[in-house]
Amino acid sequence: MSFGRGGATTAQWDLANSDCIVIQGSNFAECHPVGFRFVMEARERGATVIHVDPRFTRTSACADLYAPIRPGTDIAFLGGLINYVLEHEKYFKEYVTHYTNAATLITEEYKDSEDLGGIFSGFHEDEHAYYTESWSYEGESMPRAAQHKKARTGETFAERVTRTTQAPPPRDETLTHPRCVFQILKRHFARYTPELVEQICGTPADVFRQVAEAITSNSGRDRTTAFCYAVGWTQHTVGVQLIRTCAILQLLLGNIGRPGGGILALRGHAAIQGSTDTPTLYNLLPGYMEVPLESEPTLDDYLAEYTAEGGWWHNFPKYIVSLLKSWYGDAATQENEFAYQYLPKLHEQTDYSYYPMMFGMVDRQIEGLFVMGENFAVGGPASILERQALRSLKWCVVRDPVHVETADFWDMDGVDPASVETEVIYMPAAWAAEKSGSLTNTQRLLQWHDQAVDPPGDCRSETWFMYHLGRRLKELYAGSAEERDQPLLKLTWDYPVEEALEEPRALAVLQEMNGYRLADHTLLSGYKDLQDNGGTSCGNWIYSGVTPAADANLAAARQPDRAGAFSNHQHWGFAWPNNRRILYNRCSADQDGRPWSERKRLIWWDAQAAEGKGQWVGYDVPDFELHKAPQQPPDTQGAGMAALSGADPFIMHADGKGWLFVPHALRDGPLPVHYEPVESPMPNLLYPNYPHNPTAVFFERPDNPYNGAGNPEYPYVITTYRLTEHHTSGAMSRWNTWLAELQPALFAEIDLQLAAEKRLQTGDWVTVSTARGAVEARAMVTARMRPLIINGRTIHVVGMPYHWGPGGVVTGDIVNDLIGVVLDPNVRIHEAKAFTCNLRKGRKGQKDGAHGAENNEVATRTRVDLHAELPEGGIINRFGSEGAEMLHRTSLAER
Amino acid sequence: MANGFFTDTTLCIGCKACEVACKEWNQLPAENYHLSGMSYDNTVALSATTWRHVAFIEQIGNGSHATAATDGANRPGAQAVSESIRQQPGPQVRSGDGLLGEHRWLMMSDVCKHCTNAGCLDACPTGALIRNEFGDVYVQPDICNGCGYCVPACPFGVIDLQQADGRVWKCTLCFDRQKEGLTPACAKACPTQSILFGDLAELRARAEKRVGMLHARGITGAYLYGGPDEHTSVGPLNAFFLLVDEPHVYNLPVNPQLPQSKVLPAYLATALTATFFGVATLYTLLAGRRWSKNPLSAGFPLRGMREKTMRWGVRRNRA
Repeated sequence: MSFGRGGATTAQWDLANSDCIVIQGSNFAECHPVGFRFVMEARERGATVIHVDPRFTRTSACADLYAPIRPGTDIAFLGGLINYVLEHEKYFKEYVTHYTNAATLITEEYKDSEDLGGIFSGFHEDEHAYYTESWSYEGESMPRAAQHKKARTGETFAERVTRTTQAPPPRDETLTHPRCVFQILKRHFARYTPELVEQICGTPADVFRQVAEAITSNSGRDRTTAFCYAVGWTQHTVGVQLIRTCAILQLLLGNIGRPGGGILALRGHAAIQGSTDTPTLYNLLPGYMEVPLESEPTLDDYLAEYTAEGGWWHNFPKYIVSLLKSWYGDAATQENEFAYQYLPKLHEQTDYSYYPMMFGMVDRQIEGLFVMGENFAVGGPASILERQALRSLKWCVVRDPVHVETADFWDMDGVDPASVETEVIYMPAAWAAEKSGSLTNTQRLLQWHDQAVDPPGDCRSETWFMYHLGRRLKELYAGSAEERDQPLLKLTWDYPVEEALEEPRALAVLQEMNGYRLADHTLLSGYKDLQDNGGTSCGNWIYSGVTPAADANLAAARQPDRAGAFSNHQHWGFAWPNNRRILYNRCSADQDGRPWSERKRLIWWDAQAAEGKGQWVGYDVPDFELHKAPQQPPDTQGAGMAALSGADPFIMHADGKGWLFVPHALRDGPLPVHYEPVESPMPNLLYPNYPHNPTAVFFERPDNPYNGAGNPEYPYVITTYRLTEHHTSGAMSRWNTWLAELQPALFAEIDLQLAAEKRLQTGDWVTVSTARGAVEARAMVTARMRPLIINGRTIHVVGMPYHWGPGGVVTGDIVNDLIGVVLDPNVRIHEAKAFTCNLRKGRKGQKDGAHGAENNEVATRTRVDLHAELPEGGIINRFGSEGAEMLHRTSLAER
Repeated sequence: MANGFFTDTTLCIGCKACEVACKEWNQLPAENYHLSGMSYDNTVALSATTWRHVAFIEQIGNGSHATAATDGANRPGAQAVSESIRQQPGPQVRSGDGLLGEHRWLMMSDVCKHCTNAGCLDACPTGALIRNEFGDVYVQPDICNGCGYCVPACPFGVIDLQQADGRVWKCTLCFDRQKEGLTPACAKACPTQSILFGDLAELRARAEKRVGMLHARGITGAYLYGGPDEHTSVGPLNAFFLLVDEPHVYNLPVNPQLPQSKVLPAYLATALTATFFGVATLYTLLAGRRWSKNPLSAGFPLRGMREKTMRWGVRRNRA
């Protein structure tokens, strides 16, 4: 939203060029140890590494400065940094004035959260939602390119179109007009002082000042600071706004689009970035194009909605038409709107996202499910609910290389397998080395890998499964004249298959995404070749250029830059878009096209290049029109890129600026606001009337109870996380003996003070509970956890990794059973990184902790171990009926 | 010149990739699935089936490591430390509620040291332990008969008998990989170059430079463990380490010595003791004869002994 693209602005290796790296909302060293080498390299070169985290982790151990923080208060912390930058005038003046919308004026109707006590203008209390007309640039309608998430307005589409003007919005480059974004920002964050940060976050004010001093002294013409985050920032009811806060800070410091700067989103798996680029999401088509809505019945309506007047998204028709040609081939013609009607249309008032789907399963509205490469019976938040959802299905196909719990839900939670009606079809899947293909990693980098061996037995790749499923379905429906069957029957499905396994050729899929000319089937060299008249086919416009010729696969390129030189590794893999390594890199030069400094040189304007025509040159592929001179004024009557000047670097935005203030598009405000997590022990010190995000999405159901805010029954804050030794739900690690022995048991990290209160020692059993459920774990008492003093109150944070379940070599309780479903309004992410819990000594099923001390011996809880630890009598008392049943089962097995 | 490892603990991020890569390449089984309670370290020690082991040392709280840090400065190669170690490499919260002062979480990947004077090699009666063409100490599994003499001969507690097959096993420094010109698995897998493999002379030069660099940066507690200037009977270690605290903090012997080096003193002590007792016995026998003739000896404290000696004497006479 702030910059215009859904990807990290930089690459991990570019961190080595940073002068300061702030890692917040991420445990970089533990969860991305291979990429962490670049942080270590930067540190060796003299950069300051800062870790802001509730826990002192392996990342903290490698940092120069560690700042503790209470989970879920990062907006207050970052807001404090923004205020520090503005108050001490540490922002990068030329950058902010010319490259951001700081100077743009906002309508008079706009009211800030500071004016209204915690909400912005346009809030409809009864709907828990905003109508966003008042968050506009003065005199401008909504810039439609922003609408990745359709904003709600009271206007009809026609009304909005008539309100559109071609003139650029008024600006005040002195940044003094009271309604310019800069002044609004100043007022908005004025209360976020270091003392307030200490009161809310528990970060000592002088430590906070050290962080502020480090980032401001390492930003500017000659120096750059990078921010790294992961799901520690996203999994909150304010997840999107949290990242927005960082974006505002980095724009103010002038760190976007420059070497060693940027915001690095660290993805949790090898191809998470790829799974949103070529999405498996309900609301996106490949290349971040929206799935059509019912209110867009024709292609023209759809194009009118998403084609921007100015900026890169003016090319939208080329991308969608080429996608439709790729999917429907000859069946997509000018006459039938390029088969637009074959695309499903979303009903606007229906939520198709992940959790409503789960509730739909529980309520038996959904009958069947395919699960591929996911183990949500353990790894999914609110996993009790998700296992219930699985048990409510008629059928379920699970494809995984190991027999994960998601295929085993019928034998969990003490239910009688006979009572579960779901038919489970488990299909063994191939591991990565058993198939070819590309992964798109955290830095938008496509990396190809070749198959090493054939998968054993009946194991097959996902590509094999999807291709043959589609092929068989087409055969099944062949000859049908029913209109509803046409989207399937007309689908192009002509992948070449290889060898005995009939494996579809993965490279053919990548080439389909790259796109080709329909006339002669020659591959495209990039998305600039795409046409909106049906002349080209392209499966994902942002990947266009990855296979520019039949014998060229840039994803397989493996040419690193030589050590010591400034490196972008331009010939290692392929980074979308168009092999750019650092996005918005026009920002690396000043408005006249000169590098801000010699040290931070990336691309610049060479007026003599290209036979005097002038050209952007440098160490990266320019994220700009190659021959557009920096001095070129915008053509206010023009469309697309012509509407942007030679100094408008954020080309995806209609106004070409980085957005400190997001005019529309977000559902919870144009600026970030500190709200407490929904389950928090503390009131909102800034806005007592709005403790949590007023637009957060709740599901008030008996099977989804909430702890409630400030509930004394759940006095501790809990955060969940991953360890280096395991991978998410443990499917790839709990079955691996070498990894399992490294972290063999579920534990709860507890600070010394809380441990003393509860008389806990490392190795004791503890039971952690929420309104949803309870899990037992071994206590890990450590000074790495610290109690935080929050506004005079001591708050204890409990940390629990979530890798264990009943399957695999090492077993343990499922931590995600503790989490409830409450979501961010923009992207429907849950709140797993900050909620509340209770904790007591002893095992589940024990009435109190009185007997917990008996189990000081540290051992994993396997069924055999459990048996061994059982005393002669008192089974029911100590372990409850579940324990007795397990004992019974074990005994039977032994007989 | 031999090949070896230089393990720089200031670059270790505790990912344990070395442990897993070692077990994967050498096909070593997992040992057990027990939570040790020792920070994030659950393999606990080197053994017959764990040839790389990452130790985790939590030094968190007020001053708990300040002493240790100062001690580290007394090591050869380390400058006097007191303030400096607080600056690096551990992060600090300089204020707060007093629970956390300066603090560190040390991580160190341990391995067989491939000593210049290897105790295990000297102790081996079968010739199963050899120094191979790369200068490293290698157990030939087809010759080892499992006598176990090498086990107590290692001052580091590295070499270990495997109960399953009765033989001893330890790090081979990836002998098989080296023969093919490949880097040992652990060094290959290390993402931060904390483990470096190569020619020892080059590694030592690089390590000296690194220590100098760290000192210049204020980490004056940094020093090399197992360098050539240490006066230990094991000699310089082919697998040596850069540490920032006393060796015992990492569970390494402060002054490793070969058991063999204690043979001569032990022999002399034994001889001396034997002589003493021999002389004492002789003296007692002679004196006993004299005492028996002396009625005043009745109250002598050693009367019982004397009597016993006499009885024996009587018995012997009878025989």
